[in-house]
Amino acid sequence: MTESTINLNSFNKQKEEKKIESKFKKNNVNAHDLAKKQRDISIAEFFEKNRHLLGFDNKRKALLTTVKEAVDNSLDACDEASILPELEIVLTEMSNDRFRISIEDNGPGIVKKQIPKIFAKLLYGSKFHTLKQNRGQQGIGISASVMYGQLTTGRYARITSKIGSTHPAHYYELAINTQKNKPEIKKDEERVWSKDHGTKIELDLEGSYLKGHQSVDEYLKQTAIINPHTTIIYVNPKGEQIIFPRASEELPNQTSEIKPHPYGIELGILMKMLSWTKEKNMKLFLQKEFSRVGSKTANEILEKAFIPSKNKPSRIQRDNAEKLIEAIRSTKIMNPPSNCISPISSSLLEKGLKKEVNAEFYTSVTRPPSVYRGNPFVIEAALAYGGLLSSEGSIKILRFANKVPLLYQQSACAITKSISKTSWRPYGLQQSSNNIPQGPCVILLHIASVWVPFTSEAKEAIAHYPEIIKEIKLALQELGRNLSRYVSKKRRVKDELKKRSYIEKYIPSVTEALKELLLFTDIEEKNIIEILEELLEKHRGEIENVEFDEKKNLEYDKEFNSIGKEDENE
Amino acid sequence: MNNVVNKIISEAKNIYDNIKQKKKPSLETPIRSLSNVKYNPEDGFFELNGKTKTRTLTASTVKTFAQMLKMMSLSKKLVKSDDIATKREAYYVSKNWGNARFKEQPESDTVMDDIEAMFEVNREQLGFTPEEKGGEIAGKLVVIDKNQDTGKDVRIDCTKFGSGSYSIPSNVEELKFETKAKFILAIETAGMFQRLVKHNYWKKANCILISMGGVPTRACRRFIRRLSDNMKLPVLVFTDGDPYGFLNIYRTLKVGSGNAAHINKYFCVPKAKFIGITPQDIIDYKLPSYPLKEVDIKRIKDGIKNDPFVKYHKKWQIALKQLMHMKVRAEQQALAKHGLNFVISDYLPNKIKKQDTWLD
Repeated sequence: MTESTINLNSFNKQKEEKKIESKFKKNNVNAHDLAKKQRDISIAEFFEKNRHLLGFDNKRKALLTTVKEAVDNSLDACDEASILPELEIVLTEMSNDRFRISIEDNGPGIVKKQIPKIFAKLLYGSKFHTLKQNRGQQGIGISASVMYGQLTTGRYARITSKIGSTHPAHYYELAINTQKNKPEIKKDEERVWSKDHGTKIELDLEGSYLKGHQSVDEYLKQTAIINPHTTIIYVNPKGEQIIFPRASEELPNQTSEIKPHPYGIELGILMKMLSWTKEKNMKLFLQKEFSRVGSKTANEILEKAFIPSKNKPSRIQRDNAEKLIEAIRSTKIMNPPSNCISPISSSLLEKGLKKEVNAEFYTSVTRPPSVYRGNPFVIEAALAYGGLLSSEGSIKILRFANKVPLLYQQSACAITKSISKTSWRPYGLQQSSNNIPQGPCVILLHIASVWVPFTSEAKEAIAHYPEIIKEIKLALQELGRNLSRYVSKKRRVKDELKKRSYIEKYIPSVTEALKELLLFTDIEEKNIIEILEELLEKHRGEIENVEFDEKKNLEYDKEFNSIGKEDENE
Repeated sequence: MNNVVNKIISEAKNIYDNIKQKKKPSLETPIRSLSNVKYNPEDGFFELNGKTKTRTLTASTVKTFAQMLKMMSLSKKLVKSDDIATKREAYYVSKNWGNARFKEQPESDTVMDDIEAMFEVNREQLGFTPEEKGGEIAGKLVVIDKNQDTGKDVRIDCTKFGSGSYSIPSNVEELKFETKAKFILAIETAGMFQRLVKHNYWKKANCILISMGGVPTRACRRFIRRLSDNMKLPVLVFTDGDPYGFLNIYRTLKVGSGNAAHINKYFCVPKAKFIGITPQDIIDYKLPSYPLKEVDIKRIKDGIKNDPFVKYHKKWQIALKQLMHMKVRAEQQALAKHGLNFVISDYLPNKIKKQDTWLD
């Protein structure tokens, strides 16, 4: 697991461009001159110049990204160790545009010798090479934040971690050597820490704190919605303490790591696997290194590729590897197992949504697992309609991937695209063609997968895989059908109420006219009214009350709802 | 008159009895549309085909029910006190009906038409009068009306209006006539009427000129009917050469409309004949023309398919198909191509002579 094994496309491209650029600037230099200028670019140096790729485009976003990366790591660690997470997050404004972020968890802690690498070396991590549902993926996040802090304030990251009550807590002050992408240890000491286990990181960085829909407050609120087993205690730069208590004592399902599925494997990866494997022959290689390949399937693939099952994997050449991929494509293989995915469950999603918005109707759905490029994934969604929701403007979309809220790049995301490509008018929402529908509605959508395909390293939007879009649309349509049932029931009841009001409204006129025509007495008039009312209302029976009742939703938390909103006097 | 009041009261009594027996009362009205009329070739007009619409009192009909009963009550009051109300006035009276009041006049007009059809009378008998003007008269006719104060006869000589004309009143039932004219010429447009009056065409042709101003009003139709019946005069109709002139103006004058089929008996002029402008005239007189509009084409197709009058008259079917084929329409004024007074000097005399160029 060194940086050389990682292929960062944009990084290579940058390198190429530089070469070409320098060639054209000075026409009269020879290859030797050029060679002097050509040298390795450290990934850390690269990041320094391309911080936007990782979510540090501006000061406000930098603050959010840092909190997000630390929270992702803490929650992943707790989930893996089966600990109900409890996070303490404190943001302090030190001076203008300078913030101190402190994030403390009750996770399993980190072994002493790993601490420097995890926090002060880019692309160091445990998650990149596994196919498992995690929040983090690349191993860039937290070390990128450390580096960003270092670049903008010149101050080191302070890490404290403890792995058990019988162990000491280790305190580090760390910097990143940006040229070599290596940690530099500025301080290393043991400390007393009252916690049994956990990790605390403290960083100084340049940032900007604003409330509103892409704020740290909003991010933590959505994190609490999608991680109901988590407690978060948060103090924002204004000194307001917000506590998100856990809504469920149940630990999420433990997810297991899976081998890649043969469908969607690419040539380069296949060749790398062939050269690394410890298996002695091709048949065993296929059976052990991939999921859902048994003896029969392995034989079928090898026969189709004309490769003897006894051949040594390391001897397989490029052309045979291509044949192997062809053979895999034409062989029927079971979908990957879905026990590697831990959805939140539609009922918990709905509960989270109820807490956030006070609507009159809620519905939710969990789709069966599906596969894109060999990776299993599950779509879950929930919808809230009416009530206190504003009917002006577009509906609100809450996007989540592997239990992480996505706050930026909404329009570039596959979730948004699927929502606008779904036809909502039959379900009772207004929509101009291929746009986000309008109306009093919130849609919450979560994709859980062993590998969520993001459009960039900043993990802000989900890539447009047709299989994913199809599943999202199916989930949305199911929500839509439930919604339209409710909307039409509401309309029916409204019509019925209107008809009933008609009876009361017009019977006196009917009777009055009869009285004028037939000249009967006032007593007879009352008599006729009574008969008519009985006659018309007799068959109409009881009607269900669909009037919105603000107090009906017991989950709704008004204070919770206002978190992250811009203050009215601001 | 009391006949109408009796009908109204007996209908109300029927409803009242139903209610007392705890049955839901209902009101039955004929369906007022072209789909519910048949052409009676013997008498020569549209009559009701017998399809009816029954409104039983339920939550969804209670509003119309209330409004119909209130309208019946208003009618009873008007007839009993020998008063009248225009359609618009009736609408304003409804503003005093509380919840049963009408929001717009078309709603009250519809209810009025339903009641009219239900009792198979015309609205004048119910005490309602139209406020629309009836049409203009010029030519060899003396109308005998009554002085509104003294009740004495008033003789109105229609030759003595100079370049102006006599207006048909909204109630024509009591008028009497004196004339030596040979025929009545009913004209679609006021413009053409003006030209014929200006040049005293009625003197030359010894006739009575009537301007219908589009689709003739009930008063105008009733006036022509009574005049032609009493004085035994033929009626010639002169309109634009387009589907509106044929199917809306001429057909309504001759056989009545689907909407008021219950009273067509009194308001049709079965002896009317169409002298022009026919599709063949457009060709024969090389008239300047316009392309048919989409609504024209729709009207032709609808007429051939659904109009019982057209279905009965083969000549009209051929003429409509011919127009459809020519894809054009022409106005009366198009005759001015051959000189402003060509219509007086050539067209009308020729057409009146040659009966084979007419349509039934």
